[in-house]
Amino acid sequence: MAKTNIIKPILPPPLILRPTRGLAALNLRDLWIYRELIYFLTWRDIKVRYKQTFLGATWAILVPFLQMVVFTLLFSRVAKLPSDNVPYPIFSYAALLPWGLFSKAVADAGHSLVMNRNMITKIYFPRLVIPVASVLSGLLDFFIAFLVLIGMMIYYNVTSGGKYHFTFTTADLTLVLFVLLAMMTALGVSLWLSALNVIYRDIGHILPFLTQLWFFITPVVYSAKEVPAQWQWLYAVNPMVGVVNGFRWALLGTKTPPGAILWVSVGVAVVILVTGLFYFRGMERTFADEI
Amino acid sequence: MGNLAIRVVDLGKQYRIGLTINRYRTLRDTLTDTITAPARWFRSARQGSNPWSRTQKNRIWALKDVSFDVERGQVLGIIGRNGAGKSTLLKILSRVTEPSEGYAEIHGRVGSLLEVGTGFHHELTGRENIYLNGAILGMKRSEIDRKYDEIVAFSEVEQFIDTPVKRYSSGMYLRLAFAVAAHLEPEILVVDEVLAVGDAEFQRKCMGKMGDVAREGRTVLFVSHNMSAILRLTEETLVIDKGHMVYRAPTAQAVDYYMASGYSQEGARTWTADEIPADSAPFRPIAIRTRDRQGRVLETLRSVDPVTIEIEYALDAPLTGLRLGIYVLTMRGEFVFTSFDTDDLEKFEGFRTRPAGHFVSSCVLPANLLNEGRYIIGINASSFRIRRYFQDEHALAFTVDGTGAPGKQWPEPRLGPMRPALDWKITKVDDGVN
Repeated sequence: MAKTNIIKPILPPPLILRPTRGLAALNLRDLWIYRELIYFLTWRDIKVRYKQTFLGATWAILVPFLQMVVFTLLFSRVAKLPSDNVPYPIFSYAALLPWGLFSKAVADAGHSLVMNRNMITKIYFPRLVIPVASVLSGLLDFFIAFLVLIGMMIYYNVTSGGKYHFTFTTADLTLVLFVLLAMMTALGVSLWLSALNVIYRDIGHILPFLTQLWFFITPVVYSAKEVPAQWQWLYAVNPMVGVVNGFRWALLGTKTPPGAILWVSVGVAVVILVTGLFYFRGMERTFADEI
Repeated sequence: MGNLAIRVVDLGKQYRIGLTINRYRTLRDTLTDTITAPARWFRSARQGSNPWSRTQKNRIWALKDVSFDVERGQVLGIIGRNGAGKSTLLKILSRVTEPSEGYAEIHGRVGSLLEVGTGFHHELTGRENIYLNGAILGMKRSEIDRKYDEIVAFSEVEQFIDTPVKRYSSGMYLRLAFAVAAHLEPEILVVDEVLAVGDAEFQRKCMGKMGDVAREGRTVLFVSHNMSAILRLTEETLVIDKGHMVYRAPTAQAVDYYMASGYSQEGARTWTADEIPADSAPFRPIAIRTRDRQGRVLETLRSVDPVTIEIEYALDAPLTGLRLGIYVLTMRGEFVFTSFDTDDLEKFEGFRTRPAGHFVSSCVLPANLLNEGRYIIGINASSFRIRRYFQDEHALAFTVDGTGAPGKQWPEPRLGPMRPALDWKITKVDDGVN
């Protein structure tokens, strides 16, 4: 059968390629047009992550679980840190979940552009797709690890003889928002770091240190109550403080519901994300030449 | 009016040199740059130059003042030496990088095949990679679903489609990669040298596919070093040299122009430092010459005399497994033959490792080998299946003069690149009349 596939006259207006300067337009519509690419890259990252491993996706559970065990031994048994009147293991695990999501996203996405160098130098697509997919791919691990938390809640309900009673309330619905806040922060930080990493590979060296530092200014192993009340607002400048407090409040019923201080976290996260987007779009012009 | 596909106006692209050698800046460089900036500013102000203008010293124009139009449905070839700016042009037109000046107007979706298999992940199966690569090339999922069977059939890897591509042979990998790319359906297709890979059978298939694309009325920009592919697939061709567009003509004319241009008439060619890529070390080409039977360096040589081809080069470190060879090509880009300096087993053993130093490899083309005409010598220095140190497809051109050659009593051109003096026997079998 002969092909008579005549191309119709083109509908879209001509594309003009010219040098651009100054503040770049965000063009977030591009992301929507390329949503399938985001989906496929996320899927690739997930698919590849545990290839040729013996334990496979079990690692998603094992890593936070082992961290929890170590922290419990170190900070609860040895250092005797208070844990808001809930068992230390569940106290730290509830924080390790969003922290793991955040730190993994930043570590992966920070390197994502450099890792996908061959795509960037050969083919056009909105470069934002790469860190976005990288951040999204961490979600699956998060959900898998979350199952363990549910198991722990049931375990403590049964074995504590009525001392603890963790239930699922409507407050748990707010978890979606806290996850969103963690992802926003992770994406904002990743946009800055991945774009910087294209030009300065120093970022690769700074990243582990930065994540470690960030871990200690986030109330993962200790309670946010350790910070004096008059400094809480400053403490909340770290958006992950808002996220972790939110998680503990929603899941374990510790502390009072997040109040005005949460808005400091949200505000900072928004600022990081928006500046990150502009910085990334501005730097994007030279990615293919510099990477 | 509505028939324009691409319009390029005064397009230029400037790169910082050192970018390729010193892959990326470090934070320290930027910090020291910033600290020493005031001193530089004062120095240039004292020397009378405008201190506010950005320093041009370390910059190079990979492309400059290039303007042309391409009409819808046209298949345009682009030819030029390595580093002439062809790839830069394609990268700008496919939006991978921005121009530094001028502009390009693109009417329609652009699909680029700057390299097949971009984004392939070796841990994923063939099937998974088809979807991933398709998405990267800009295909919709539904589009890939629709063409999936066709892609698999074209790639001829049906029985391995659920095997990770890291287990594929390089040929299978390439076939699959090209199959995905070949099923893109943009209005404008930009192709860079992707046909130069794979075995002959597969290349023929690729060329067929390219021909189909052209017949369907798409606009194609086709970059290649393969002159016969350019001649077959394109009607018109641009010649790019040192970042400038130097010629545009119907393909046959453009190819002749390109093949004849830029060669010295002295029968020798010396490589300057900026013509040698940094990654060719420790191999460093110095010169290539053609000599007649008296040892004179000449550009025009007689077909009835032996011709010596010599390549002078230096090794800055000992090299194991090096083979230095020549390709001889016709002006149309067809290969006449290939030969390496360690083809002979004795030399192959004797020169397993060459010490650092200054070398000359030379060979003699016997008399009565080549037909009249102009030929091109390409050189290649490589270690088999390990690394290619240096390659120059158009190192030197020389002319063969057929004076006195067998058959010259008839003043007609002979077909084919060879003109051997064959020892014919003519035997009368019988009287023939009975």
